[in-house]
Amino acid sequence: MTDVRERQKKIRNFSIIAHIDHGKSTLADRIIELTGGLSSREMQTQVLDKMDLERERGITIKLQSVRLTYRAKDGEEYLLNLIDTPGHVDFTYEVSRSLAACEGALLVVDAAQGIEAQTLANVYLALDNNLEIIPVLNKIDLPSAEPDRVKQEIEDVIGLDASEAVHASAKAGIGIEDILEQVVANVPAPEGDPEAPLQALIFDSHYDPYKGVIVYVRVVNGSIKAGQNIRFMATNAEFEVIEVGCFTPKAVIVDELRVGDVGFVVAGIKNVKDTRVGDTITDADRPAGEGLPGYRRINPMVYCGLYPIDSQDYNDLREALEKLELNDASLRYEPESSTALGFGFRCGFLGLLHMEVIQERIEREFNIPLITTAPSVIYRVTLTNGNVLEIDNPSNYPDSSKLDFVEEPFVKASIIVPNDYVGSVMELCQNKRGEFINMEYLDENRVTITYNLPLAEIVYDFFDQLKSSTKGYASFDYELIGYRKSNLVKMDIMLNGEQVDALSVIVHRDRAHHRGRIICEKLRGLIPRQMFEVPVQASIGTKIIARETVKAMRKNVLAKCYGGDISRKRKLLEKQKEGKKRMKQVGNVEVPQEAFMAVLKIDED
Amino acid sequence: MQPIPEALYIHIPFCTNKCHYCDFTSYILKGQPVDEYLDALELEMRLTTEQWKPKQIKTVFVGGGTPTVLTPPQMEKFLSSVRRWFPLADDVEFSMEANPGTTDRDKLQAMKDGGVNRISFGVQSFDNELLKRIGRIHEVDDVYRSLENARAVGFTNMSIDLMFGLPGQTVELLDESVQKALELDLPHYSLYSLKIEENTLFHRLYERNELVLPPEEDEYKMYLHLIDRITEAGYKHYEISNFAKPGYESRHNSTYWRNEPYYGLGTGAHGYVNRQRHMNIKGVQPYIDACKSKLPRLEQYDISEQEAKEDFMMVGLRLLDGVTASRYSEQFPQSTLEADFGEMIERQIKQGLMERIPADQDTIYRLTKQGLLLGNEVFAAFLADE
Repeated sequence: MTDVRERQKKIRNFSIIAHIDHGKSTLADRIIELTGGLSSREMQTQVLDKMDLERERGITIKLQSVRLTYRAKDGEEYLLNLIDTPGHVDFTYEVSRSLAACEGALLVVDAAQGIEAQTLANVYLALDNNLEIIPVLNKIDLPSAEPDRVKQEIEDVIGLDASEAVHASAKAGIGIEDILEQVVANVPAPEGDPEAPLQALIFDSHYDPYKGVIVYVRVVNGSIKAGQNIRFMATNAEFEVIEVGCFTPKAVIVDELRVGDVGFVVAGIKNVKDTRVGDTITDADRPAGEGLPGYRRINPMVYCGLYPIDSQDYNDLREALEKLELNDASLRYEPESSTALGFGFRCGFLGLLHMEVIQERIEREFNIPLITTAPSVIYRVTLTNGNVLEIDNPSNYPDSSKLDFVEEPFVKASIIVPNDYVGSVMELCQNKRGEFINMEYLDENRVTITYNLPLAEIVYDFFDQLKSSTKGYASFDYELIGYRKSNLVKMDIMLNGEQVDALSVIVHRDRAHHRGRIICEKLRGLIPRQMFEVPVQASIGTKIIARETVKAMRKNVLAKCYGGDISRKRKLLEKQKEGKKRMKQVGNVEVPQEAFMAVLKIDED
Repeated sequence: MQPIPEALYIHIPFCTNKCHYCDFTSYILKGQPVDEYLDALELEMRLTTEQWKPKQIKTVFVGGGTPTVLTPPQMEKFLSSVRRWFPLADDVEFSMEANPGTTDRDKLQAMKDGGVNRISFGVQSFDNELLKRIGRIHEVDDVYRSLENARAVGFTNMSIDLMFGLPGQTVELLDESVQKALELDLPHYSLYSLKIEENTLFHRLYERNELVLPPEEDEYKMYLHLIDRITEAGYKHYEISNFAKPGYESRHNSTYWRNEPYYGLGTGAHGYVNRQRHMNIKGVQPYIDACKSKLPRLEQYDISEQEAKEDFMMVGLRLLDGVTASRYSEQFPQSTLEADFGEMIERQIKQGLMERIPADQDTIYRLTKQGLLLGNEVFAAFLADE
């Protein structure tokens, strides 16, 4: 047992906190390279970002951990577990759980750009988890690097001592060893009792078609090995462990994961619903008294409908969602139907990025073309009879005569932006019904602007508009602050006099006319001419607030001589028919799929 | 079994240049083995008549390409081989396409002597600017000269093609062309709308947004306008693109529109015999080589009864006289038009696109004026869902 305790002292569990583009993945690659985890020949750039989608977007969606051995300058060999974290506001809870699996974190800041809103949010999460934070100034080799300014910023804004901050360039391989020395010296070894009943924190899981769910854990107390009966404390599901292992970054089976270790567990688990992030695994035969702190069932903030374009894909879509749910405890879905779109699913997401990622994965990995309805937040509706309803789908919005009042979720949004763009950011926030809270200078040049904003406004196009109005210089973070009463109405869209449920939206009364007009204009442009004139109307209740017209098709006839080439005429007509099949028939109007997204992307100018 | 064809199409694929909108099987004349091609055509005629011996040919149509690029001796040789292998009816309609830039008097004489009795001139427009823009080699003067020559050697049954929806064309410009065409007092006119096809210069320009076409609304106006002008002048609008004085409707094209069989010879040509469609090998040399051993087919496939019925509607409704229940039953003795398509017809009638006209012992189904403008919507409705 002394061996186990000696070994425990040599373990360092840490993660990397960084803003997108500040070089987290490259730094991780360098660390893996330096510790010999992979020969450089085997190195594929940015090993940790596994999925194509992540590479393309430069963000990390799946968490992953790597076990590395490092012989430090003190002559001792250390076991380093590097735990990757997702880098987006939607995944705050996942980030907090992977940070909870660590004792330390590298705070990587771009030496030219300084701290960003997202970094700040994650630093606070790390501080909440009592992590030792090691500042690293990356991209130090850039001519525009200003290490002293950025150090000062770290000290002023976060209150960390940055005097020892490592000057590094992950790209050029500068300072990597210094970073590892600081990890060994400053990150505490894991505490925990090797002989206590097993408690292992789940910080991620991953579905493998051959092995079932692979659970990523940090052993906090006790140990876990093949053959052991385990229990998931939140769900009470029990399994027998088939194998345990770690990533080096190749998957390696080990005899046992001991206290302080980070690795994976395979136990023939078919369903990730049993393996929720933040839950505790314990020994079924010798259970711990209670789970590790911090577990919570996280709730989606944004809902939308996902419908297969081809109704025959419905079951495939269900299976795709089941599979994605295996990897994604925060994804919710339940069947719903729409008169316009047929059968589909109402899905809940942590945020917009999460929603887009899921959509893209369904289309790309499962090859199911989708129609997505406009996202909605959860409205809290109090009826005149005192009942309170939670509405995440405008179609279910009660008749206005039954409404007493409606509340909508608000967030506190922090936006860090260079001085020059303060005006445009404030204008954007005002347009989005924002309530100004305050403005603070980070340094002479950079400002944090804080606004309270309705979440629904963020859901509509906020990121894109923020990006374009600040030339991409703004960084943005938000947290839910609760519900507030708002003057909201349900706006319906009618095509040829027929209401299209999938196009209904809940909007602020003052903006209804404006938005109604824009949606109608957009739809007029997207709906192809039919054989009859199609009025496109927006209405609140029975009152029409905007109207456009898709003019009738005037001429569609092949006045060309193909001579005896009948098959060619036929193909042409079949192609025309095929094009129509890809559209959704709403009443007698054929509507292309993009139309359903029209309510989502709106240029307000 | 389908009857033996009484219609014959022959393709001459050579042109002096390629028009910007054209995607028909055609090759620049210069350096082509024209005589070998004519020999190969004769081989195909032999093989064809051996397989399906013709009884009597009532219509011949020689298209292209530009058949009139043949020299007078080549023309004579070609036409005599047609007569050698195919027994032509006394009242045969023998049409040939002609380009106003390639028809001198000798050639017209050779055509006349060889049996051609109807000429279809590819005029396209009476505006030199437009002609140049679409890549035609002829000018307006050539049209008048060619017609004069044709009349001089004795041709009376002539037609000209005009195009509308051309880049830069307006209703006014079209009106001028139609006016000039009508002044010629010919028995037949065809009016085709420009369609941008892949593998044409226009397609490439269109993709790069360098080709500005009249908007749908203008094209619609052009079509309505030309229908009015030509019918006012006493011509019958008998098919979507075709107008004729009584008795001068193209009998050959009516074969296609009635879904009746036809022989198709030459490179890239289509034929429909014994409820089989075929397309010939494309390319001059490949065609010549293929004819040396067998029928030069690129593909050949059976048309199912269902498909034939759909084709019947698709092409039949192009005729303004429409389709008749009796002719349907002639081609499909096991069924009736009402039983097969009654429901679909009803739907079209409700939408105002078709009408039902009771006739003596028969029923006629045809497009309404609105249906004519939206013909593709109607034709497509009769095709089965895949």
